[in-house]
Amino acid sequence: MSEPVDQLEGPAAQAQTPASRLAAYVRGGGVVVPLLTTLLAFFIGGLVVLVTGHDPIATYKAIFEGTGFQWLFPWVTGDDRATAALNLQQTLILTTPLILTGLAVAFAFRAGLFNIGGQGQYTVGGIAAVWVGSSFAGMPGWLHIVLAIVAACLAGAAWAGIAGLLKATVGANEVISTIMLNYVALWVGVYLFALGGPLQNDQDKSVPISNDIVQNAHLPVFWGDPVLQGLHIGLFIALVAAFIFWVVLNRSTVGYEVRAVGLNPEAARYGGMSVAKNYVLVMAVCGLFAGLAGSMDVLGWQFHIATNDIQISQIGFLGIAVALLGRNTALGTVMAALLFGGLLSGTSQRNLDPSIFEPELAANLTTIIQGLVVLVVSADVLVITMLRRARGLIPGRSGT
Amino acid sequence: MTGATIAAPRARLSAKQLGWAGVVLGAVAWYITLPPLLVRTAVPSVLLALVAVGAGVAATRAGDARMGRAAILVGVSGGIGAIVAVNSGEANLEKVFVWSALFAAALRFATPLLFAALGGIMSERSGVINIGLEGMMLMGAFFGIFGADLTGSWLLGCLIGMAAGGALAVIHAVLSVSFRADQVVSGFGLNFLALGITGYVFVAHYGAEGTPGDVPRVPNVSLPGIEDLGFFGEAIGHANLLTWVALLLVVLTAVFLFRTPQGLRLRSVGEKPRASETVGVSVIRTRYIAVITSGFLAALGGAYLSIALLGSFTEGMTAGRGYIALAAVIFGAWRPFGALVAALLFGFSSALAQRLPEFSESTAVLFQALPYVLTLIVVAGVVGRSRPPASIGVPYVKE
Repeated sequence: MSEPVDQLEGPAAQAQTPASRLAAYVRGGGVVVPLLTTLLAFFIGGLVVLVTGHDPIATYKAIFEGTGFQWLFPWVTGDDRATAALNLQQTLILTTPLILTGLAVAFAFRAGLFNIGGQGQYTVGGIAAVWVGSSFAGMPGWLHIVLAIVAACLAGAAWAGIAGLLKATVGANEVISTIMLNYVALWVGVYLFALGGPLQNDQDKSVPISNDIVQNAHLPVFWGDPVLQGLHIGLFIALVAAFIFWVVLNRSTVGYEVRAVGLNPEAARYGGMSVAKNYVLVMAVCGLFAGLAGSMDVLGWQFHIATNDIQISQIGFLGIAVALLGRNTALGTVMAALLFGGLLSGTSQRNLDPSIFEPELAANLTTIIQGLVVLVVSADVLVITMLRRARGLIPGRSGT
Repeated sequence: MTGATIAAPRARLSAKQLGWAGVVLGAVAWYITLPPLLVRTAVPSVLLALVAVGAGVAATRAGDARMGRAAILVGVSGGIGAIVAVNSGEANLEKVFVWSALFAAALRFATPLLFAALGGIMSERSGVINIGLEGMMLMGAFFGIFGADLTGSWLLGCLIGMAAGGALAVIHAVLSVSFRADQVVSGFGLNFLALGITGYVFVAHYGAEGTPGDVPRVPNVSLPGIEDLGFFGEAIGHANLLTWVALLLVVLTAVFLFRTPQGLRLRSVGEKPRASETVGVSVIRTRYIAVITSGFLAALGGAYLSIALLGSFTEGMTAGRGYIALAAVIFGAWRPFGALVAALLFGFSSALAQRLPEFSESTAVLFQALPYVLTLIVVAGVVGRSRPPASIGVPYVKE
């Protein structure tokens, strides 16, 4: 097929860990490659819309209007601006957990591990948060919130730690073990809140849902009306987490070891680092991020968990696309989370105009775009090659 | 020395045999507490389980860690199973453990896993990790029933489903063989793509009503003669046509891989691609064929789910079976008959999970996790270090 790309033929391309390949990807195109990736994914998604007899431009326009991003444009005023503000709050509410599940995947990638278990870690985090948040009534609000968050982080870390431990001790492939842990978390969660389950609510035994968390433990809303699902402070917690992610990875010994193990486990071992210890540590940290994401949703706007919520949630899985598109960096993850948060809220029942495009279809369009993003990123060479070809067309600036 | 003369014949009982003995003993420990034997005390079972664990330890010491771990695992779970069974009501046990029905159900649940696992073996033996099995199954499941509904023929439905799975496999081959993508990541992307595409077309075409109830189904095969043979009659007398196809494919795949020149070439490409290329085997072409074949097979497994087993489609209905099939490939050490054993094991756990609700209503939901927990244990405990094809996951760069 295409000519091999020279830059990818160095030692980095030979050491076959996702991290090393992705390192090449980072070098390969700066911010242009993720933008091209996104464009390509949206373009193919648009083709799907076109083939099935809808107008892709009108569809994307309707989705964009559902995201509320036009609130940022100063010329949008009046009622439009008020609606846009409400929509943007929804987008940012969804961006919050996506940043965190994205970090959960990105951190693993940096250590050469593929954490597909973000969904399960998110679920157990949510369960822990809803349990703590709905118990211990009468505690001071801030303490209650902190306790619920800590419980969620620990639950997520423990859940992901299982996969790390299995990898470190018996060499079990983390891809399969994290996928299996997702399903186990799902069924454990459904069991807990199902009819007759141990954590089912006390009020109405015919509804498979948890107890509501106490009013005191709700995260404060700083933009919009708390009754109308305004934006909670979880967004700042997620941004702080992203900053900590950057500091730990780039400015600490731990992060240095993690990156070293990711780029070349053999070399790291020769350098005196314990690869096994790092695997457990890394997975635990990943689970911590994803568990935190679960608590943000529970304490910020869901306030309870229904068995149905657990079964349809995709936040953890979307984290994979977020991390890959964000090139596993802190800033990139935040930007990619914003994109997918917008896509989620723009295609939601609440925000998308059904006369232009049915929300049920749009939800699947989101999944298609998500898949395409992951595919295109996986074939980093594809985009880089295209980029080279495009540059090669300009005289005097032929790529390599 | 007398010790040496005694030890000599024991050494001939190989580590592998010791391990197998442990596995069998562990299973027997559980079996005797179940119908029809229904021993109501755990003492003999626990003793048997201890012997099984002992055999496992011995096998590990004698050098077969893999079978040793298996024996220890089966011994421990056999003992626990026996204790649980002894503490359960006899009536409940009789209701759950109807062996012929359990076996028939195990076969039903094993069939889709078997198709996908055989596909996984083809792909991985050629050196390409196929985590996209899940998505290929899903494509087969939806486009199988879609095709059967449109054409009015289950056979055409199966073929259309396979074509859809094959199409997804082509993408996987292009990305991971030609563009040398990261195979795990691209395979996972394919699963999202399949989830989105099948969900999209499903919603666009069937809407809220779902697939119609009268789609043509793959028939079950009634075996005259065996039908009335008590246990066998109920267990295999009415198995689905596709179940028999799957079992036949196990034999065919094994013969192909290990008894034909083409099979040898495929395996060589997965082990030493450079060497294969040197003797004139096209690595790229072989891998393309293997990956696309795996798409066909996995899709047929998916089509079995929708147009043979259930007669309907729901979004994401494969529910991780592709990943379980992948675990079956690893557990079966990349061999068709190994995969058969693994698929039956997972099928049995699904069958058990399905029947346990009769046993206890409130915890019934929890047992849905059983196949996944089993997969986790299997991947972690027994197959920690089974040897994959040497060049698996390594993109081939032509010189």
